[in-house]
Amino acid sequence: MNPEIFQITVLSLQVSGLATGISLLLGLPLGTWLALGHFRGRKLLLSLVNTGMALPPVVVGLVVSLTLWRSGPLGSLRLIYTPAAIVTAQTIIAAPVVTGLTAAALQALDPRLALQLRGLGASRWQVTLALWREARLPLLAALMAGFGSVISEVGASMMVGGNIRGQTRVLTTAIVLETGKGNFDIAIALSILLLALALLVNLGLTWIQQREGRT
Amino acid sequence: MKRILTLLLIFPLLLTACGNLIEDNVIILATTTSTQDSGLLDVLIPIFETENGYTVKTIAVGTGKALSMGENGDADVLLVHAPDAEMAVMESGSGLDRFLVMHNDFVIVGPASDPANLRGMTSASAAFIRIAESSAPFVSRGDDSGTDKKERAIWESVGVTPAWDGYIESGQGMGATLLVASEKSAYTLTDRATYLAYQDKVALDIMVEGDEVFMNIYHVITINPEKWPEVNYKGALAFANFLVAPSTQGIISTFGVDEYGQPLFFPDAE
Repeated sequence: MNPEIFQITVLSLQVSGLATGISLLLGLPLGTWLALGHFRGRKLLLSLVNTGMALPPVVVGLVVSLTLWRSGPLGSLRLIYTPAAIVTAQTIIAAPVVTGLTAAALQALDPRLALQLRGLGASRWQVTLALWREARLPLLAALMAGFGSVISEVGASMMVGGNIRGQTRVLTTAIVLETGKGNFDIAIALSILLLALALLVNLGLTWIQQREGRT
Repeated sequence: MKRILTLLLIFPLLLTACGNLIEDNVIILATTTSTQDSGLLDVLIPIFETENGYTVKTIAVGTGKALSMGENGDADVLLVHAPDAEMAVMESGSGLDRFLVMHNDFVIVGPASDPANLRGMTSASAAFIRIAESSAPFVSRGDDSGTDKKERAIWESVGVTPAWDGYIESGQGMGATLLVASEKSAYTLTDRATYLAYQDKVALDIMVEGDEVFMNIYHVITINPEKWPEVNYKGALAFANFLVAPSTQGIISTFGVDEYGQPLFFPDAE
């Protein structure tokens, strides 16, 4: 493979993988809290998260750009047009997806399970762990959906990353550029690569899911 | 699984950490799509980076956007082609140095069928009037780029408000707009460099060329660090000086000759 395409592919995987990882760290506890907690405003928060699942990437890109530009409030961080800026935008896109699907997965469990575990003397942490274990299949699905939403996203990556060659060019922005240049052969090759990557990652996760499902 | 996740987490963090350490060596160049689409920057920037040790972040947008990035201190240096709009940036105090770099020219291209019968004309205004009178299909950039500003200036000079059905705005860069014009069998105004670079990909011929108003002049502008303390003025000035250096001007004068049989840009620096 051409070294430039290799670099673009690795960067895409790193950026979207990191964004999905952070989304998981945020979304798993938050989704669990939303699903199992009892507090005022829970339903409102849940519907906000569910709305967030449909956040248009270009809107996220615009808001993150305005924030990170040198003239913006966080401009002194010098993050605009860096991979970190893309990770930030993609995390904002993926986190609601992971959170919402986590909450849905845990709410789908039989509520008597938590009661029973608590009755058996399990601590709060033990109950949560047991519930996560019970819902591991839909939770993996939440992770896949989060990854899928960002690896395929182009608007935000273009705006906050700037599609800079060798620095912030990812697969989707490279496809837009090559299509604009009329290099349809390269654009198609990159598209196939993107599809293959998404397929591979999802196959891997599905494999883990199925394997764990059997034991 | 855990190991994979850890790896995924650590790599980009390291990358960003390194990126931030050498931040003083990074400059943001806001420029037009034509310099990128023609491939000129792909030749010049690696040379500048090797010679001067800077990393250039090239943001290829229309000249209008590039100028506004300069006015907000969001870029360190601009390479643009809209002299009137550039003067406004200089007068506002956002621009500090401004050097003439190069020029090429605009041409009107169109389908071989030439529905408005323009082929061979040399007057921009006469050609634009003929396009308007025959309501011929025309693709405008519509993105406030240097080319778009030029096009609107010509319409204004002939007193026509382009509003017929066949007049469409692509809202995209020059290369993408040429592809749209080719698909729609429409006329469009383009810089010669981008047209030559796209010649094989589009079914469009040069119809009108040679008018004085078609002159397309590129300047490099550094952003004033007194107004925007965040900008990397040292790097910006190094890049501006690089563009006007005799060796770079020599590269510009021969760029494209091998591939297209003629230069795409003409160096103008003193």
